[in-house]
Amino acid sequence: MTAIAVHATPTRWWHSRAVYRFMRHHLALVGIAMITLLVLACAIGPYVLPYDSLQIDLRARFAPPLSGDHYFGTDPLGRDLAARLLMAGRVSLLVGFSAMLLSTLIGTLVGVTAGYRGGWVGAGLMRTVDGFLSYPSIFLVLALAATLRPSPVMITVIIAVTSWMETARIVEAEVRSLREREFVQAARMVGLSRRHIMFREILPNAMGPIIVAASLAVARAILLEAYISFLGYGIQPPMPSWGNMLNGAQQYLASAPWLAIIPGAAITIAVTSFNFIGDGLRDALDVRDDHI
Amino acid sequence: MSGFLLNRLSQSIVLLVIVSIIGFTVLNLMPGGPLAQFGLDPGMTQKDVERLAEQLGLNRPLWIQYLDWAWRLIQGDWGHSFRDGSSVLTVIGRHLSATLLLMGTSTALAIAIGSWIGIRGATHRYSLFDYCATVGAMVALSVPTFWFGLIGIYIFTLKLGWVPAGNMYTIGDGSVLDYLHHLILPSLVLSLVHVAIWSRYMRTATLDALSQDFIKTARAKGLSERRILLKHVVGNALLPMITLAGMQLPSILTGALVTETVFTWPGMGRLFLDSLGYSDYPVVMGLLIFSAILVVLGNLIADIVIATVDPRIRLA
Repeated sequence: MTAIAVHATPTRWWHSRAVYRFMRHHLALVGIAMITLLVLACAIGPYVLPYDSLQIDLRARFAPPLSGDHYFGTDPLGRDLAARLLMAGRVSLLVGFSAMLLSTLIGTLVGVTAGYRGGWVGAGLMRTVDGFLSYPSIFLVLALAATLRPSPVMITVIIAVTSWMETARIVEAEVRSLREREFVQAARMVGLSRRHIMFREILPNAMGPIIVAASLAVARAILLEAYISFLGYGIQPPMPSWGNMLNGAQQYLASAPWLAIIPGAAITIAVTSFNFIGDGLRDALDVRDDHI
Repeated sequence: MSGFLLNRLSQSIVLLVIVSIIGFTVLNLMPGGPLAQFGLDPGMTQKDVERLAEQLGLNRPLWIQYLDWAWRLIQGDWGHSFRDGSSVLTVIGRHLSATLLLMGTSTALAIAIGSWIGIRGATHRYSLFDYCATVGAMVALSVPTFWFGLIGIYIFTLKLGWVPAGNMYTIGDGSVLDYLHHLILPSLVLSLVHVAIWSRYMRTATLDALSQDFIKTARAKGLSERRILLKHVVGNALLPMITLAGMQLPSILTGALVTETVFTWPGMGRLFLDSLGYSDYPVVMGLLIFSAILVVLGNLIADIVIATVDPRIRLA
């Protein structure tokens, strides 16, 4: 009985209308292409480039882009900017992606519980969501990052625990609207456990909005990591991240503007791509546009 | 109306309680907890710290400590800055106006520019302008504010020399013009993200309004397209903007912190970062709680304003 509700159409997923609509969304395809390129470059690039990201060469300080073998120039210590950019990309993308996974997990758990249980439990959980949302995210993240030791894992956790609320709200609304539907009543009548109904019956039907929120959450996590690393409380040198590469760039803005321009462009490209993908997914999965 | 007010007020109070619990949790996560200042003092032994903890009641159950702390917050006793010993609320008060000036200017700019783009995009739907505005808004939402600030300084200060790169005024000047001169670039930088949000919102709202029956009536009456837009469409689209402005408060505050850092603007954001750098936890905690209270109150005010202006909400 339950299997019918979930697997009603036995077609392959790539024949679905959602995939078709996504493929027609040009910006989303641009986003996918750019992210693929970025990920490949960050994964393979460091092995191909002639320089190591930590290799200091004081004779080659502040080399402008396209000088010799330094495609993107060098930084104040003579380290190759291209090599650093790609290593930083690994860190930034990984932190962004892991933070998204963790925050989506928290948000989904809270949202499903609050939406299905309702009553005092639901109200309490959703008011907690409102409470977290009242804090400007960067104040909370900075206070936590300055307090706890800022390892990459800790930064990921901090970003996740301060950005799960959107997902929780979306999932809660979705689950609340599904709670009294016939297939859920049927499952309840058959005597399935609450956990089974929450996560095996209702959750699969709420996946669309979760996927959309997740793709936008990657964008936001990358931005947030860049913000706190730029301010000096995120990923700590010598490990490069796109944010902390910009950390000292302001003082060299007049003499070496590429130090600021290039990593910032990388952040913008990555974040824009994930936002494009999210937009395409929203159209493809037919998710109602709640926040403009 | 009073029922609505009372309901909304009690919601805000519940929210403030939850906000304070979150804040208290963060406070206890900090190294050394509330006694961090003495941990750094070489004149204090471990025994002294323990005695102090007992005197201050830090060995009591957590919930009693929380009530005690919350009661002192309500009374306005937010602790004292480690740096200069002045009370936390005084320190925040010194930096509040600079931040409010920056936030106010950039919000006004964002609403003006965003509305124009949004309305034009809706009236010229699927035009090149509309397409560029849509893509542009999505890119604008993806640009890190600090990077936009750095690029702005590079172009408008270093290359063109039009505006100063930072600070709120030139020492020894301080005229209104001088303030404005310093305000232009940071407020533009801060407004970018919100221009994107407002323009998206305004486009949807205008399209929505344009499809309503009363617009057809207005057209049938023979009103000019311009008058219809300004009076009937914009008028209807503007009201929910107040709510949206309230909802945007946290993100404006986040943007303000970053912008203030890049432009050495002497506001709350700079104060927050400086205090973090000096491990001045009372001020950090104070600002954390203060920013959340600002957001809760901002939303409350937005709702009250909406309820007074919009006749449809009065019954709720």
